[in-house]
Amino acid sequence: MAAGNFEKYKSDGSIGGNVLEWVDARFPATSMYKGHLSEYYAPKNFNFWYFFGSLALLVLVIQIVTGIFLVMHYKPDAALNANGVPIAFASVEYIMRDVPGGWIIRYMHSTGASAFFIVVYLHMFRGLLYGSYRKPRELTWLFGVGIFLVLMGEAFFGYLLPWGQMSFWGAQVIVNLFSAIPVIGPDLSIIIRGDYVVGDATLNRFFSFHVIAFPLILLGLVAAHLLALHETGSNNPDGIDIKENKDENGIPRDGIPFHPYYTVKDIVGVVVFLMVFSAVLFFAPEGGGYFLETPNFYPADPLKTPPHIAPVWYFTPFYSILRAMVWNFFGLDAKFWGVVAMGASVVIFAFLPWLDRSPVRSIRYRGPIYKTMLTIFVICFFILGYLGTLSPSPMGELVSQVCTVFYFGFFLGMPWWSRMDKFKPVPERVTMK
Amino acid sequence: MSNQGKMDCGRRRLIVATAAVGGVGAVAALVPFVSSLLPSERAKAAGAPVEVDIGKLDAGQMMTVEWRGKPVWVINRTKAMLETLPKLDDQVADPKSEKPQQPQYAQNEHRSIKPEYMIVVGICTHLGCSPSSKFKAGAEEGMPANWLGGFLCPCHGSTFDFAGRVFKAKPAPTNLEVPPHVYLSDTRVLIGEDKKGA
Repeated sequence: MAAGNFEKYKSDGSIGGNVLEWVDARFPATSMYKGHLSEYYAPKNFNFWYFFGSLALLVLVIQIVTGIFLVMHYKPDAALNANGVPIAFASVEYIMRDVPGGWIIRYMHSTGASAFFIVVYLHMFRGLLYGSYRKPRELTWLFGVGIFLVLMGEAFFGYLLPWGQMSFWGAQVIVNLFSAIPVIGPDLSIIIRGDYVVGDATLNRFFSFHVIAFPLILLGLVAAHLLALHETGSNNPDGIDIKENKDENGIPRDGIPFHPYYTVKDIVGVVVFLMVFSAVLFFAPEGGGYFLETPNFYPADPLKTPPHIAPVWYFTPFYSILRAMVWNFFGLDAKFWGVVAMGASVVIFAFLPWLDRSPVRSIRYRGPIYKTMLTIFVICFFILGYLGTLSPSPMGELVSQVCTVFYFGFFLGMPWWSRMDKFKPVPERVTMK
Repeated sequence: MSNQGKMDCGRRRLIVATAAVGGVGAVAALVPFVSSLLPSERAKAAGAPVEVDIGKLDAGQMMTVEWRGKPVWVINRTKAMLETLPKLDDQVADPKSEKPQQPQYAQNEHRSIKPEYMIVVGICTHLGCSPSSKFKAGAEEGMPANWLGGFLCPCHGSTFDFAGRVFKAKPAPTNLEVPPHVYLSDTRVLIGEDKKGA
């Protein structure tokens, strides 16, 4: 066993040093600071794709802080007030109009939700580019998939809270999806709603999940994601292990301390991100109807579905896959297979570490097959996302079916096509291109 | 630790028994939490029937009333609307209403007690959106040219005829549900119950 913190970290004689020595003997402050920041050696060749992890952390902080302040004024109550408007809807309008600064806090939260998915999708795409999910980082990847799933739940629960038309009917459709599961489905959807229809019970439990349960799980998963990453060390655009080439002190020759080098680099990313984020906040807070949808400015009406309903943009690729399933198999409704396909399209990311059989990690040393497959996959993801925002049409249905086949083909064919590619030799040391 | 390699079987049995009893207790503690997710007594009691006056409904018009938090449509069908029904028998999925989506007394060609008055829950059997009325025949309301009138679900495109029968090859698996209802008089109908004064 190495020396305890009591022996390792001694005071330099100053008052601050004495305090730190006292703390270090009782709590691993210095050792955690060193292990995760000042002596965590990250590859020196990170490019801009490596901004999105720290940006996701920033958006998480924005969501938590704005959320805390929104809960001070928001009321999860579906009952109608004296003016005949649901109290929950009215309380959001109250935040927007009467609470000083309320409008910007609310827009930060609603724009933050979309920003969260933008940075998380880019962060995941980085993983696909450089093979970050490959051995030994499988658990980092799995915790990440968990974060993505929880984030989707968090966004779905949060979207009901303003109790607008899109909130209500979106929840109605998604909860009814669960009723398609054979045997347990109908009871399960009642347990989720807490009533036979989406109502006050549903609103209150979604509020509870949105502000307590899911944020707690999310924070736990984020901690696990980072701990697993810091155990194996970060991947890099060359996809090679910097730990295989260490100097006489046991420090990777291609590694630089996370702090100050990457903290300073990430601040540049933060500045650029905040410029874009603020521009949306001040000039297009509804994101052209994609971040906050127009029907959600009408209070929920259980008797009337808006003429066009669609999920928020970040769910639409998966929603398209749901709609693409129109065939009954094995005596089960198409509706059920739609749910299965949609669930599978998200969960399948978890299997990537075992589906990819290529001898190299990074796209830099992979051949044309991977580049083509990844391009097709991304194009299909965008097409599915776009179609999911539109009303159903026969043409759209056909295109989404084709894209769904390519989407799953990318994953399910990977054990074969990832092996056959033409690979370039991988360098010994990281490159700085 | 002391007797290396040797297992104290009596002690292990005690550990297993203790863990099992503790596990049962932990599972039992889940009961109140899971049951709290079920509909409350108040929610269960909220299904009272509603009485509707349909006397003011002109031919070809439709009204929506709320029953158990769901929209229930009352449609006063014209003769022309009723005449479309037999023509669609080969295009709808369940023309004879064989699936139990209606009480026995509404299992007929027009899926209602009185031929002209259609009473149906306006919730699509696919994922629970409320279909919109597309009563005009032809392409006038954005429907195909051979459309005879009925309902279109805006969410996933299921279509229904004037008797709430779903068309073939649409996402909705069954016809719209006809709620239990009874006529208290010529113009008054009780939705949610079958028996007068019950």
